[in-house]
Amino acid sequence: MKYEPILLARIHKPNSHQLEGYRADGGYAAIEQALVDKKPADVIAQVKDAGLRGRGGAGFPTGLKWTFLPKDHPGPIYLCVNADESEPCTYNNRILMEKDPHQVLEGIMLACYAIRSEKAFFYVRYEYGTAYRALEAAIAELYAAGLLGKNIFGSDFHLDIVLHRGAGAYICGEETGLIESLEGKRAWPRIKPPFPAIEGAFRKPTIVNNVETMACVTQIMRRGIDWFKSLGVPPDPKNPRDAGSYGPKLYTIAGHVEKPVCVELPMGVSLRELVEVHGGGVWKGRKAKAVNPGGLSMGFVDVLAPLKGEDGKTEYDIPLDFNGPGKVGCLGLGTAAVTVIDDQTSMVDVLHNVTQFFSHESCGQCTPCREGTGWMLKIMERFRRGLGRREDLDILVDVADRIGIIPGTTICGLSDGAGWPVKTAIRKFRSEFEEAIRKGEPSRYAKPLQMVGAH
Amino acid sequence: MATVYVNDVPVEIGNDRLNCVQAVARAGQFLAHYCYHEALTVVASCRMCMIEMGDLKDGKVTMIPKVFPGCQTPVKDGTVIVTGDYAKRSVGHEPLPYDPKYVPGKLAKKAQADTLEGLLINHPLDCPVCDKAGECKLQDYSFEYGRAESRLIDPKNTPPNKPELSSKITLFTDRCIMCTRCVRFTREISGTAELMVKNRGHHEEIDVFPGRPLENRLAGNVVDLCPVGALGSKDFLYTQRVWYLKNTDGVCSLCSTGCSIHVDTNKEIVYRLRPRHNPAAQGHFMCDDGRWGYHYVNSGERIVRPMMRSDKGLSPVSWYEMLPKLRADLTQAAAAQPSQVVAVLSPFLTAEEAFLWGTFIKGLSPQARLALGPVPVVGEDDSYPKNVHGQPVEPTKFTIRAEKCPNRNGVSSVLKQLQGDVIPFEKIAGETGLSALVFVGGYPNREHLQAAFPPNWKAPAILVVQDLFSSSLTEQARYVLPGTAAFEKEGTFVNHAGLAQVFARAVRPPIEARGELQVAADLLGRKGLVQAAGVRKELAAAVPFFDGLADPPSPQGKRLELTTV
Repeated sequence: MKYEPILLARIHKPNSHQLEGYRADGGYAAIEQALVDKKPADVIAQVKDAGLRGRGGAGFPTGLKWTFLPKDHPGPIYLCVNADESEPCTYNNRILMEKDPHQVLEGIMLACYAIRSEKAFFYVRYEYGTAYRALEAAIAELYAAGLLGKNIFGSDFHLDIVLHRGAGAYICGEETGLIESLEGKRAWPRIKPPFPAIEGAFRKPTIVNNVETMACVTQIMRRGIDWFKSLGVPPDPKNPRDAGSYGPKLYTIAGHVEKPVCVELPMGVSLRELVEVHGGGVWKGRKAKAVNPGGLSMGFVDVLAPLKGEDGKTEYDIPLDFNGPGKVGCLGLGTAAVTVIDDQTSMVDVLHNVTQFFSHESCGQCTPCREGTGWMLKIMERFRRGLGRREDLDILVDVADRIGIIPGTTICGLSDGAGWPVKTAIRKFRSEFEEAIRKGEPSRYAKPLQMVGAH
Repeated sequence: MATVYVNDVPVEIGNDRLNCVQAVARAGQFLAHYCYHEALTVVASCRMCMIEMGDLKDGKVTMIPKVFPGCQTPVKDGTVIVTGDYAKRSVGHEPLPYDPKYVPGKLAKKAQADTLEGLLINHPLDCPVCDKAGECKLQDYSFEYGRAESRLIDPKNTPPNKPELSSKITLFTDRCIMCTRCVRFTREISGTAELMVKNRGHHEEIDVFPGRPLENRLAGNVVDLCPVGALGSKDFLYTQRVWYLKNTDGVCSLCSTGCSIHVDTNKEIVYRLRPRHNPAAQGHFMCDDGRWGYHYVNSGERIVRPMMRSDKGLSPVSWYEMLPKLRADLTQAAAAQPSQVVAVLSPFLTAEEAFLWGTFIKGLSPQARLALGPVPVVGEDDSYPKNVHGQPVEPTKFTIRAEKCPNRNGVSSVLKQLQGDVIPFEKIAGETGLSALVFVGGYPNREHLQAAFPPNWKAPAILVVQDLFSSSLTEQARYVLPGTAAFEKEGTFVNHAGLAQVFARAVRPPIEARGELQVAADLLGRKGLVQAAGVRKELAAAVPFFDGLADPPSPQGKRLELTTV
């Protein structure tokens, strides 16, 4: 049975980004109704009971995050919407913002009502000009229609949404980096605790949520808990800490596929199905070698490596829910942006590109990340010139292993993400690197990928 | 009472809120760090103070299997801290009941070595030409905690140096380890916020905003804060290797804050002043006026030998010849018109010098008068941090005082004791008919002195001047005696708040000079070399204000009860 998209249901409609069409499709009914017959705590409870986990990458339960706000705080409390979608090959938030901004904005209104916030900051990355303009227009429409500002729908709920455009830095997607950037400072992630829910933007309690999460909130409030829980993967009974992976999810497919696309599917689709069916298979009739299951920082899946304990299946068959990628040594689901690397592509070049990205985007605050990402890039540059050494592989794995919040050596998770692709690539494709060392040939590409963007 | 355990050593911390760096220090141990500084906010970015942490509860230790930055991690009752130095811990303490599989200190030790390896990746190996070598924390910790060999074979980043950063300070950009202490200093202590971080990742650099160089009166502190040789004082650049420097605890004499300082000297030459942490005086820092204001000591224009006026003008004379004549002149003048004999004791003198000189003059005749020398005041007190408009904001973290002398309080207290009141200098300067004036100065800046004299001031017949530099006063003097600078003597200064600080001699005075204290002792007819400590005892016995100095005070000094004088 073909899955009917919910979050992306409206994107192909003409003028899907306009208020008129959205209201005609039943838009803003959920918030209107919630303002009448639901208390903020009820909204939180509904989101919490639906089992919604944040779509930004870490998968933290959204409702639970909202309950971390201090009780009876005199305010103000802020909501920051993280639209700094900078993970390479990820564009699921962009589609929502460009094609159906009102779905997101309704989610923001619901979330703000739930957490008693009267001001939301919508942080859009610099590169998303179209999304920024779509949101700008949508917010203007809402103000014009009296759906933002004071006494929304005649209730005593007030809300202002401030649209903020970033300046082009990956680190602004880290929630405290985003807050610092929003405050007008250099986006250096803050040391935690205090977490933003206690002290965030402008030193006030702040919730930072992803764009797709907001869209999910809209749908949960509109369609109810049961609908949401009917999709996805229930918790693993063997893992008491697993909260399950419920709901629909936007997956983006990029890299060496026939049809790069953003699709909406219930959580837990297998990597193989996603690429072969929804992405139209690997391009040019080639075979996949490695796949990135959820944005660069999640590491690589070896398509041919057998899956332990499951006969005939390979790492290619892992389900893309919050637990699946972790079973094969990847960091997690991340942004669910699948990047395919075909069998004609050198992992040396791939890894060079990866290290270049993270060394360019490391904010430079913590020594292990600042110097580690730079060092890995220098080693990979040497590999590209055909001058790699066997001991470099050990150095790369050592450096990749020691940077990040998991070993405890950095403030934020950027360097976990910088280390993971390096160590998974070397551990899973070591023979290819050793072959490159033995041959000592420079890369077939004369130049590395050029940096593009606003910086 | 809260107890924390540092490498098995239990430490009582009471109700103090400490982080792990402080808790480890309480245990008498040391946790290496770069970015952490007591006076600045915690950023936990250098990742040098990595520790392992856990809890001791119900006789069981639960360790968390990762490392934590000690500076950011608060301790509470039962916190167990294991540092990378666990293997070097002092014996005699029972090991805590760790999990048998847990190897204490392994993770922390590796994390510290990893951090150092990272810091050295783009750090040039230019210790042989770096001024910081010898007192560089990167050298020290690399030696103590780092790996012996480098695994890097790729070229290092070589960003250009920035000598244009400031007129007084230069930046060796490639040496910087990005601890951002300097940036935080300019934002939090001086409030002037000239410094910033630009670029990202391993291309990060400290810089100033275009057209806004690092020029504020506290800027020199960033050189001390820099744990490596990145920020250098242009004044000290390439002058001395630090391991040749002799370090003496001193007190800055250029304003009434009386900053505690380190005086760094070599072969009787002062090369550098650095602040000495003293919460009772000024805290961690000092101002640039004081830091770079020591050059007068090394000046070639100093009065270096005693001189006496004859028909041919001033000519050098030996102390043996001069002192009996000087004493005879003064005795005679005091016998004739005792109240017309005046001694002016400058606020640059130590309390001991003022006391001995005062004793001598009052010994000539009780009616002889003592006056306080000109007190230089320049502008107004300058408090930091500043806001964007340059206005000081509370809470004040540093004040440069307008009163440009170190010991008005000390000298005034002596004068008050010896004659009941303090005669301000203006009164003496306005008097005519004095028979003898003894001016004991020590003014580093002769302009301050000359400004206090009316233009047509007429010197009395007997004018005795002991000072550092020649001035309009010495031109009229019958006796000119070489003075000594604050670095060339030992003694006590009492700062604006009544803090008495005893300091030692850092360098010898010019070879033919005798200190003010010695001259006074000679005139009093005391035999041999005078010791400031002995005079201090007399002072403590004679002047109630100085009671507290009978026993040698700590290097932090002693707060005395100020009365309005």
